[in-house]
Formats: sequence, C-alpha cells, structure tokens
Amino acid sequence: MASLASSVRRVTKYKIVWPLLAMAILYLFNLIVVPGFFKIEVIDGHLYGSLVDVLNRGTPLIIMAIGMALVIALEGIDISVGSVLAIAGSMAIFMLEGHSLWVAILASLVIGLLCGLWNGMLVSILGIQPMVATLILLTVGRGIAQLITNGQILTTTNKGYEFIGKGYFLGLPFAVYIAAAVFIIIYLLKTKTAFGLFLEATGANRKSSEYAGVKPRAIFMSAYAICGLLAATAGIIYSSNLSSADANNAGLWYELDAILAVVIGGTSMRGGRFYLGGTVIGAIFIQSLTTTIYSLGVPPESILLVKAFVVILVCLIQSDAFRQMLTFKRKVTTS
Amino acid sequence: MSTKILLQLEGVSKEFPGVKALSGVDLCLRKGEIHALMGENGAGKSTLIKVMTGVYKRDSGVMKLNGKEIQPKSPLEAQQLGISTVYQEVNLCPNLSVAENIFIGRQPRKWGMIDWETMNRRSEELLARLDLYIDVKQQLSMYSVAIQQMVAIARAVDISSGILILDEPTSSLDTNEVKQLFSLMKKLREEGMGILFVTHFLDQVYEVTDRITVLRNGTLVGEYKTEELSRTQLVSHMIGREWNPDELSGEKSNKTASAEQFLRANGLSKKGSINPFDLTIRKGEVLGLAGLLGSGRTEIARLIFGIDKSDSGVLELGEEKIAAMSPQKAIKYGFGFCPEDRKVEGIVGELTIRENIILALQAKNGLFSYIQTKKQKEIAQEYIELLKVKTPGTEQRIDNLSGGNQQKVILARWLATQPRLLILDEPTRGIDVGSKTEIRKLIFNLAASGISILIISAELEELVNCCDRIVVLRDRVQIGEIAGSDMNENRIMQMIAEGAGVYGKSGVIGA
Repeated sequence: MASLASSVRRVTKYKIVWPLLAMAILYLFNLIVVPGFFKIEVIDGHLYGSLVDVLNRGTPLIIMAIGMALVIALEGIDISVGSVLAIAGSMAIFMLEGHSLWVAILASLVIGLLCGLWNGMLVSILGIQPMVATLILLTVGRGIAQLITNGQILTTTNKGYEFIGKGYFLGLPFAVYIAAAVFIIIYLLKTKTAFGLFLEATGANRKSSEYAGVKPRAIFMSAYAICGLLAATAGIIYSSNLSSADANNAGLWYELDAILAVVIGGTSMRGGRFYLGGTVIGAIFIQSLTTTIYSLGVPPESILLVKAFVVILVCLIQSDAFRQMLTFKRKVTTS
Repeated sequence: MSTKILLQLEGVSKEFPGVKALSGVDLCLRKGEIHALMGENGAGKSTLIKVMTGVYKRDSGVMKLNGKEIQPKSPLEAQQLGISTVYQEVNLCPNLSVAENIFIGRQPRKWGMIDWETMNRRSEELLARLDLYIDVKQQLSMYSVAIQQMVAIARAVDISSGILILDEPTSSLDTNEVKQLFSLMKKLREEGMGILFVTHFLDQVYEVTDRITVLRNGTLVGEYKTEELSRTQLVSHMIGREWNPDELSGEKSNKTASAEQFLRANGLSKKGSINPFDLTIRKGEVLGLAGLLGSGRTEIARLIFGIDKSDSGVLELGEEKIAAMSPQKAIKYGFGFCPEDRKVEGIVGELTIRENIILALQAKNGLFSYIQTKKQKEIAQEYIELLKVKTPGTEQRIDNLSGGNQQKVILARWLATQPRLLILDEPTRGIDVGSKTEIRKLIFNLAASGISILIISAELEELVNCCDRIVVLRDRVQIGEIAGSDMNENRIMQMIAEGAGVYGKSGVIGA
C-alpha cells in the first residue's frame, strides 16, 4: 500500500498526468454511454470513425495551441489567433484566383507571420500588455479579412488546396501529418536548441535573464511570430477543409479554446515552464469533448453549458490546492 | 527580566524532498526579551520561522503558545494567534497609502464603509510610538525602504499580542535607522513583548539581544545568554569550527596584482545617476567601490556592464573603444555581473540549479550551439562541488536554496563563462559568516588566477580585507582612491565625510 502510494506520488509529479487522466475518464465515459464511439471503419483505404474525426477536426486547434503555449510561457497571451486564422484563410483562397497553390500558401503564411511580428512588436518594444496588444488585432483582424474577401464568403475548387484539409495520406487525414510535423519542429526547437531554456528563463524572470545575456526582445518577437505563423497554418487547414473562407465566422472563439488547451496541459498563465505534450493532449481533450457532446445529442442550447461544466472539473483536478483539500478530508474521515 | 514563557518549541522537525531542513529543534521565547536566532545560511532559521508563522506545517514536534499547543495552518492564523512577522523584504503594497498598509484587511468601519479618519488617526498614533512622523495618507512607495520597513513593523506591532518576529529587518537600513529600530525594540521589550530577532550582523546581536539560540545544519546547537557568550564562541558555534579572524589577511599578502591594464573607463557618466568617472582595472586586480547607499556605486557597475546606457565617455578594453555597452556585449568581452538584488535580478526562481548555472554560458554561445543536457549536468555538478553549494543535486529548483547558496549558484553561472572581469555588487549581503568567508576566499583565488574583480560592498571591513585598491564615491561623484597601507575603514569614512580634496574639483565637472 505504501509503495503504491509512493508510486502514485511519483507519477503525479509529472504535469501531463492530469490532462491524460481527464482524457481517460472522458473516453471511458464514451465507451459506456456512446455506442460506436471507438468504431473505426476502412472505406476506400481511408479510416473513418469518431476517433479519426476528433483528430482531423482537432488539427487547427492543436497547431494553434502549440503556438499559444510559447506565448503563455512568456507570461503573455495572444487573443488574436482566431482573427489571424480568418485572415490567413481568406488570403489563401483569395490568392488561389490567378496564382499557383504554392504562392497562395506562402502568402497566407507570410501574412500570419506579419501578424505575429506586429503583436510581438507591440508587446516587447512598445511594452503594451499582451492582452491589450493582441486585442487590437483581434478586433481589426476580422476587418482586414473582410477587406481581403471584399465582404463575401470566398470559395475554391482547387483540388490541391482542398487536399490539405480534406485529403487522406496513408489512411489518415493529411492535416494530422501537418500537426505532427508542427509538434516535432517546435519540440526540437525546445529541446535541441537553447530556445526552450531562453523562453522559460525569460518567462520566469525577464530581468535576471537579460542580465545573464539573453535577449528578451528577440525571444518575445520570435514567440509571437511563431504563434502568428502557426495560427496561419491552422487557418489554411480550416479553410481548406471547408473549401471556403468566411471572414466573420472562421475560427470564431478559437483563441479561447487554444488558451484553454495550454492551461489544461499544465502550463501556468504566469509563465515560465511550458509543456508541449500537455498542450496537444489538452487540445485533443477539448475536441473530444465537443465530439462527445454532439454524439450524445445534447440540445444545442446546452452545449456550452456542458462544456463549461467539464472544463471546471478538469481545472479543479489540476489544482494542487483542490487535491490537497480532497486528501485532507479523506484523512479526517479515516481517523 | 521576567521568566514567563510565551512561545515554546520542542523537537520541531521539517523535511523537504531530499533535505532535512530541521531536526528536533527547540526554541524558547520569554516575555520581555529580545532573542537572537543565529545560524549560517541553510542552518534552518527561515524554515523555523516559517513553521512558527504557519507557512510550513511541521512534520513533528510541539509548539506551545502560553502553554497551549498550537498548529497554525496559515500566516493569517498565526497572526490571529498573536504571532506577527516582519520579513527581510518589505511585504507591503507600494501602491497603497501608509495607513491603508497598516490596516489592510482590518480597516476600521463606520456604517459599513471604511472609516478613513479613524484609520489615518490611528496610523499616525502608531507611527508616533515609533518616533516616525510622516504623512500617512501618502502612497507607501513615496518613502524610502527604511521607512517602509518601519511601517511594516508598526503594522506587525499593532497586530501582535506579545510575539514579534523580525527576520533580518536591518539589512536594508543605514546606521541611524538601525539605531532607531533598536530603541523601538527595547521599548517594546519594556512593554513585555517577546521579540525573535534574526540578523547576520554580530554587532547588532550584542547591542540589543538578551539570549541567543544557535542553529547549524537544521539542528539546535544551543541557547545562550548573550552576555555569557563571546563573539568568537558564537561564530565557532555557528560555523562548527574554530574561527580565526586573521585567516583572511594572511592570504591577501600572498598575491600581487599584475601591472597589465584590463579595462579603462574614461569619463563615463549618466545624467541623474552618476557624474563622469575614470576607472582603471588591472588584470587580476580586486578593485573596490566604497560609498554610502545612493553614492553611485551600483550605478557604476550597471554602466560598465551595459544595463544602463552612458550619456558620455568610453570604455577602453585593450585597443578597443566601446561607447555603447549592453549586457550581451559585455558578456562577449568576458564580463560577469552578480547583481545586488539576487531574487529580482539574479536567480530565475522557477528553473533548476543546472539551468541557472548554464544560462549565461548558453546565452554567450548562442541559440543554436546548444549544450547537451548531459554536458550541462557535468558543468553544474563541477561548480556545485567547487563552490560547495549545499544541495541534493543539479535538478533542484534554485528557489529551494538558501540565500548564500543562491549567491554561489549565480557566481557559478559567471565562472562557467570563463570571465575576465567579475562585477560583484554586494556579494555577501544577507549571507552568514561561514559563506562570507568562503566567498571572500574565492575572490582571492579568482584574482590570483588572473580574473579582474570589481567589488561593491557597504561593509567597509570587507572592502579593506579584499581589495587591492578602493575608489571612494560620494553623492554620485568619484572623490578619491586609496591603495595599499592607506586602506582602512577610518580613512574611507573620513574621505566620505570630508569629501576629500578632489570633491570640489569633481563638483565643478558635475555642475
């Protein structure tokens, strides 16, 4: 018993345990309540089913949340990512008229990068608080997207572009490979270069890091730039999946899901340590939750309420203080 | 002196993962006494205080308040029991008024609203008891750190019912302010209060305390009456070996500074911070900066390291002339800087010891020449052993270490970059006698190995002991320089007091 308790303690030291636990519970619930949730069919050599659906629909969120994790590690926040997603999607589909696929994708990524650099400049050089700084692009971003689309919903029939968000490769949705690639690149950046150390040090104590020779401005700029670039990547997948760009509604409220995914993943909003694996799990959890709620047939008007309730539960599980309260009560009842 | 016991601790133990911070410690605080709690950094003083104030829960042992056992679970609960504490760093809200700070969380009310009049009046009365007459309606940040400290004490005294814990309250005060604080402490003792006083200054212990409890490595060494314990005995108890005051001076005479010039500051200045100054640091030389708080000591260090940008003047490094310095550049040239405020400007609290040590070296190497984790661990371990940092391993969070050990980690951070010049701003502030001796020894060894050192210290005795040369500052002006046998505390104090002969001349430059 004692060894079990100590191994439990050892395991719970890892931050990733809690989002994994939440996900396990959610899937257990699905196993019992939602028939066919785990069923995977092969049609034309492609995998189909709720699980594949979660992965496929979750890719924009996963990619966006990874970028958000870098910004949150700097005690920052980027609430403009939903708008950047809309801008990037609009840009790509607008450029497809008369330009090649690659030019469209490049233009879309460049505009996302510019949005990120703009945010980074406001935060690191002008010293504006991240929430306020990115609020500007949140508001004005959808306006810019509307200018690009001329107020219309643009559509495309470019097969190459549609493949990004709808195509299948080796049985799995192509977008899943993009998300995996993004994760691996950022993970390597974190663990195989000094970027992770500099980012965490700057996020935890900017002054000390600066005096130790780290350039905080460069770190801020790159984190926000990557965040913008990844939001644009998400925008391309999102618009490709729908074959259209809607300046007003594309990625609406996605920024909040992205922030939530990072927090569920164990990264503190106060900056410092950040967890990429946890963030991905957090994003998949949120997408799974959404899919579960739809499969359950919860009336649309209650969906947000149910979601909020589950999120509160997850946050409580994560809170050390809450867990301590639980164990404390247990001790009292046993004694 | 009354012998009634206010607070008694018996066999208190507290363990952290991998560290036994306290084992079986006793402490007895009596009515109407000032009781010193002494020990090296890492001896367990802070932990013991945190157990008493409810920040930590003790693992075992008994704590009795007026004979009744207590178990405070939070600082608030300890406060309600009548144990109030003033910490080393001022724990107040700088953006609120003095009166608000004193009554925060317990504002007097009238018809459900805050009764400002009563609050301000009572604050004035309270501060008057401390001989402090200031405008209590002003924002706290308007006042000096010393006054803020007094406000914190006023608040603690008002909350307390008999027990006051002062955790190194004097480290940011000047001599007069310390005197003022001591007369207040004596007054409170007359009123029957039991005061637990933590300090690193031996003189202060002998000036004001009645009893001394000494801790070492988390265990109790003993409780002594101050008058019956000599200073040498006290220091021996604290560091656990015989202490020899001549140990340092012996080593110093062995080394000779080379004549080779390393760095020259030519007319460097920054408006409102420091008037133009000229400095030369030779290779392997220990150069001291002496002066009172606000005399421009730290400002010189910040200009040389490039944290502040100079308005005029150049730094000459061999043939090179550098007008605009920055920390990154300074590090490339082989400078290292241990800042005065370790917590805010030195350590990165959330990261491990390894990451803290490696940070500057990695920044010097750049983003892409990443030092592998295994290599990082080796480097960290090497310096942990070299500097005798007390820790179970390289992967501990640095904020779990005591102040002295944190300082050693910051030193290790710079040593890992193979520096040519180390700027040490108050390297031994808030550090116990044993670590102080170790760090001073280290300074000699570094200088002997050819590293130049610029050291700032408020303790003149430390400068006289460590330095080859001392530059004296006053009111942001460089007023003189002494070296060799001229260096003694009296001479420096005299220079500061009289402004030396050069003061007039420099004054003209400054004007």
